[in-house]
Amino acid sequence: MPKRRGMRTWVSRDGLSTLVFLLPLLIIFGVFSWFPIGRALVMSFQETNLVSPPTWVGFNNFVNVLSDPLFGTAVSNTLYFMLLALIFGYPIPLVLAVVMSETRHFKGLYSALAYLPVVIPPVVSVLLWRFFYDASPNGVFNSILGWVGLGPFPWLQDPGTAMPSIVLEATWAAAGGTVIIYLAALLSVPPELYDAAEVDGASIWNKIWHVTLPHLRGILLITLILQFIATAQLFTEPYLFTGGGPANSTTTVLLLIYHYAFQNSLGGDYGMAAALSVMLAAFLGIFTAVYFWLTRSWSTSS
Amino acid sequence: MMSRVAKWRRGGAPEGDRRIVSVADWRRPGVRRTLRTIHGVTLVFLFIVGMGPLLWLAKSAITPTQDTLRTPMALWPHGFDLSYLVTAWTQTHIDRYFMNTVWIVVGCWLVQITVATTAAYTLSILRPRFGNVILGLVLATLFVPSIVLLVPLYLTVVNVPFLNISMIDTFWAVWLPAGASAFNIVIMKRFFDGLPHEIFEAARVDGAGPFRLFWSVVLPMSRPILGVVSVFAVIGEWKDYLWPLLVLRNPDLQPLSVRLPTLQSSTQLDIFLAALLISSAIPIALFLLFQRMFLRGSGLSGAIKG
Repeated sequence: MPKRRGMRTWVSRDGLSTLVFLLPLLIIFGVFSWFPIGRALVMSFQETNLVSPPTWVGFNNFVNVLSDPLFGTAVSNTLYFMLLALIFGYPIPLVLAVVMSETRHFKGLYSALAYLPVVIPPVVSVLLWRFFYDASPNGVFNSILGWVGLGPFPWLQDPGTAMPSIVLEATWAAAGGTVIIYLAALLSVPPELYDAAEVDGASIWNKIWHVTLPHLRGILLITLILQFIATAQLFTEPYLFTGGGPANSTTTVLLLIYHYAFQNSLGGDYGMAAALSVMLAAFLGIFTAVYFWLTRSWSTSS
Repeated sequence: MMSRVAKWRRGGAPEGDRRIVSVADWRRPGVRRTLRTIHGVTLVFLFIVGMGPLLWLAKSAITPTQDTLRTPMALWPHGFDLSYLVTAWTQTHIDRYFMNTVWIVVGCWLVQITVATTAAYTLSILRPRFGNVILGLVLATLFVPSIVLLVPLYLTVVNVPFLNISMIDTFWAVWLPAGASAFNIVIMKRFFDGLPHEIFEAARVDGAGPFRLFWSVVLPMSRPILGVVSVFAVIGEWKDYLWPLLVLRNPDLQPLSVRLPTLQSSTQLDIFLAALLISSAIPIALFLLFQRMFLRGSGLSGAIKG
């Protein structure tokens, strides 16, 4: 491509201005991204307390994390969270998107209503829902359920219902984004496939089952992975709803990292926090790698 | 299929109006009745779930605390009073926290736009020899979940390398790290890649240097993508909680999101709910204004950033 080479020779005469344009990227990414990423790895093998110089402690941080009785609790809570988020939040957006893509009127209204919870600041949503979850019979949700003779439920107060309550709010807050992804994907189903299916006498249900869903397979896998990555990193919801209680039933890996680093009465144990972060990153890295492998055509097609 | 989605997201024409239900299907009365019912039920469901909590918040922000506590679902048992919104704004310093949020958001937006446009311009149009290495290093950060950076980034802000200063309790601690968004660079670069290179050649022949090309040719042509990045930057920063909570310890500097949980214990319920309503107003207004932008390209961008 001679055109491109032309631009390059032009630039090489003026390498200084290229450097000037690169400076914001180099400084910001250098200081606030590349350096901290490297530091996370280094710190996980060090004991750091900001006062005395850091010392190398080998795998001690990892051993300390793995032998912390709360570690097992946090991992199983996070996995439980991911499972519940999958049950609550995975089928609903798909069903909604399929129904919404068939509407003839008020298309914009449907998607605006579905997306609205996504734009509300998470802190506002959580504080509002915490009020809805009031365990007294006069609480908002308990009043509504009281009309049909249910409850009152303890919601956030009980170790058994606290986590599902948090996941319910998190699902409400995130589902709209997934609906929009599915709506875009539904547009990409080639209409000829539906025509062909009709020639074979397919019913609406048959068309959904044999044409639409197979066509969405790729995007369904992607949203699944995105959901795993997102739910493993949720902080605001468990932190503001319950702070990890009752009885550590909602302590997630992220709350544990926060606890190690910022809530320790003996001063932050940054080494342990870094070690746990690195382990979480390695675990999520697998999902992220699969995600980018699946979507590689998006970043290369241009 | 993916590329077709991408094409649609870049503004190409959708694949026609043909969907699952055909015209022939619609003609059958049984099918039509069922579909109408499903659509009606879905609309009601979406209205209750999507708008319900907000409408409740709006109602409770203007009714007395006792009504909200005793009969949360009653409409206006003892009338309503807009003065709670005024009280929240003036007497609980919501105005100050609101302005803090605005400052934080504006600064983050400026840093994000500066980094994204200059970086994408270099990598897409100036194309230096080592550009691909840098792009690779930027893309690599997409693989690292942001949460991993929490502790080391905090320590970096406490003691900035080379400068040995602390940015804690300054807005810089929120502004500067916001610029390190690989996602912004990726979508900005993709847009620049699609611009016609003949125009840059022509500008060069006319004697425009790299700065002039950037300022007078590339930026004016990039308004659509600048709009997209801006709106998502503003909403994203408005929603942020954990990072400002860590680096802004001085309550006088904290944004609304950080102050709200502490306000809850020290404020009357009706005032507190009014404060919640105030802090959702800007994101909701932006959403209503730029709906098309959100409902078209949002899903993926929002999802990757997490």
